Amino acid sequence: MREASNIGRIAARFAALDEERRGGLVTFLSAGDPDPERAMDILRGLPAAGADLIELGMPFTDPMADGPAIQASSLRALGAGQTMARTLSMVREFRRADDATPVVLMGYYNPIYRYGNERFLADASDAGVDGLIVVDLPPEEDQELCLPALARGLNFIRLATPTTDDKRLPSVLANTSGFVYYVSITGITGAEGAPADVIGAAVARLRRHTELPIAVGFGIKTPEHAAAVARVADAAVVGSALVERIVEGLDGGAARPGLVEGVLALVGELAAGVRAARR
Amino acid sequence: MEALNTYKAGPSEHGRFGDYGGRFVAETLMPLVLELERAYKEARDDPAFADELAGYLKHYVGRPSPLYFAARLTEHFGGAKIYFKRDELNHTGAHKINNCLGQILLARRMGRTRIIAETGAGQHGVAAATVCALFGLPCTVYMGEVDMARQRPNLFRMKLLGAEVVPVTSGSRTLKDALNEALRDWVTNVETTFYIIGTVAGPHPYPMMVRDFQSVIGREAREQIIEAEGRLPDTLVACIGGGSNAMGLFHSFLDEAGVRMCGVEAAGRGLETGEHAASLTAGSPGVLHGNLTYLLQDEEGQIKEAHSISAGLDYPGIGPEHSWLKDVGRVEYVSATDDEALAAFQLCSQLEGIIPALEPAHALAHVARIAPELPRDHIILMNMCGRGDKDIFTVAEALGAKL
Repeated sequence: MREASNIGRIAARFAALDEERRGGLVTFLSAGDPDPERAMDILRGLPAAGADLIELGMPFTDPMADGPAIQASSLRALGAGQTMARTLSMVREFRRADDATPVVLMGYYNPIYRYGNERFLADASDAGVDGLIVVDLPPEEDQELCLPALARGLNFIRLATPTTDDKRLPSVLANTSGFVYYVSITGITGAEGAPADVIGAAVARLRRHTELPIAVGFGIKTPEHAAAVARVADAAVVGSALVERIVEGLDGGAARPGLVEGVLALVGELAAGVRAARR
Repeated sequence: MEALNTYKAGPSEHGRFGDYGGRFVAETLMPLVLELERAYKEARDDPAFADELAGYLKHYVGRPSPLYFAARLTEHFGGAKIYFKRDELNHTGAHKINNCLGQILLARRMGRTRIIAETGAGQHGVAAATVCALFGLPCTVYMGEVDMARQRPNLFRMKLLGAEVVPVTSGSRTLKDALNEALRDWVTNVETTFYIIGTVAGPHPYPMMVRDFQSVIGREAREQIIEAEGRLPDTLVACIGGGSNAMGLFHSFLDEAGVRMCGVEAAGRGLETGEHAASLTAGSPGVLHGNLTYLLQDEEGQIKEAHSISAGLDYPGIGPEHSWLKDVGRVEYVSATDDEALAAFQLCSQLEGIIPALEPAHALAHVARIAPELPRDHIILMNMCGRGDKDIFTVAEALGAKL
């Protein structure tokens, strides 16, 4: 069954990472940034460059939890004509060559709501999407999308944050599957990150409540920081730094030759850092 | 909520008015939103809180605001009798202060030490900066760059009051983007900060809480019109941006079947041009800024930029209770263009000696359409929710006058 294999990719990947005795690298990029063609080239190249899991952003005009880098990235993608249908096509295209690397769609609820929840879940599942992270759907709104997604066999990955206290954690984790995304700071993407020892203590707290793998994101920008995080968590998520690398490859809005290679090179450096940090 | 013998039971315990409302926020904010809800319910049930708020509303804001019979406009239109609820006479010049006082008293109860706010026209920013000065709390106001340019008097007013005004350069650089930036600030400074939202939108409990603080307008108006006319009004009219002055006026009358209600949105350059801010008359349901409500959006669910000559109406969303009141048919939602508002702005200035804000000028533009057709014993009660001093530069420019 297709659904079963979707659940399976994330679990299988974390099991493999465990066997290698290392944490994983999760990369975030906005679908369609800077343009459809290059975004697809980057996506295709991510596994070989060392990404263990892929988060693909569904661009939104008003990303309230994102800093300037990812805001600009969303607007570039939308400006280049990105649509939800194109984002789903990217995953379908990616799956032709890669049936092992988990792909998680990440974004905000409104573009999904407009696409139609049932239609979205059917098309995402069919395209080979493994899970969803929807920033503005807390457990209080689980009946909207979370429960229907789980019923379809799509993982619903929840964000836990420093403000999620022990009393609240069980309700946040109740309908979470795949992995838990720990937001290591109170703040927006691209802000100053937290030191690894603070993150370690937070991860230890989460582990008392869940057996799920824990990925940590927000503010992780360098191979060194990613490595330090991968030592204490199951995976480190890097987004804004990759998006900023896209910006470096642009010349007045147009992509210069080597943009794709530049982004993948940074993925390679981050992956090398994470891989060197064996437990 | 489904008890249809009343329109005043909402929201549900999950913050829903019918399908609308809810709590669509990032997890970082969710514990705060829940804490705010608890704290607000406690305060609401505490007579000492009500007394404190009533004291400030009376002695600091100058409430009750008068109910005024606009005799010359009534005569000019030759139909229905027109009354204005004069919330433009409040301290700071608009209804916004009613809500800011309520929220800052709550912030103090909760031990918060820093206030943030978003503003479009600057009226809410001024009101927030004012109550922060009153209670000695630091205040940061987010304001779109575009709005800063067209609301210079209020910008300077906020600075005089000691607020830090942060220009918002993202997106369309207007009210919606100011809200995004305020939410980003809140996510970053959760421990210390209280976010005073200026309208009946945002995650639950804001739509309910802001409505409750603004409903003083309708409670007073009800008593005043009965004193003046011996009966309830036939029609209420209020402008709608996010919808707080309208909810404030309408709420006390929702269960009065004989009272018709009209919310007037900004039609900007005309609904057919696409350059407007009429989310109820020309939008569709979606999720933005923490609530499910009518929005201006494209087929992909991307938020469209609103347009209105009035910065206070220039918002692509609307409070969720209005979305519900539209769907159940209790309130009629219409729109008025920039040009119609400008004409009403001048007419009111010349015939009544009241320079209205551009926001209630939209309400008056609708009154101008319906009053002539209505009988002379029909009573229209319109919320004059703000005064127009802040708009003189915008109006001068639109009329081609040099200041």
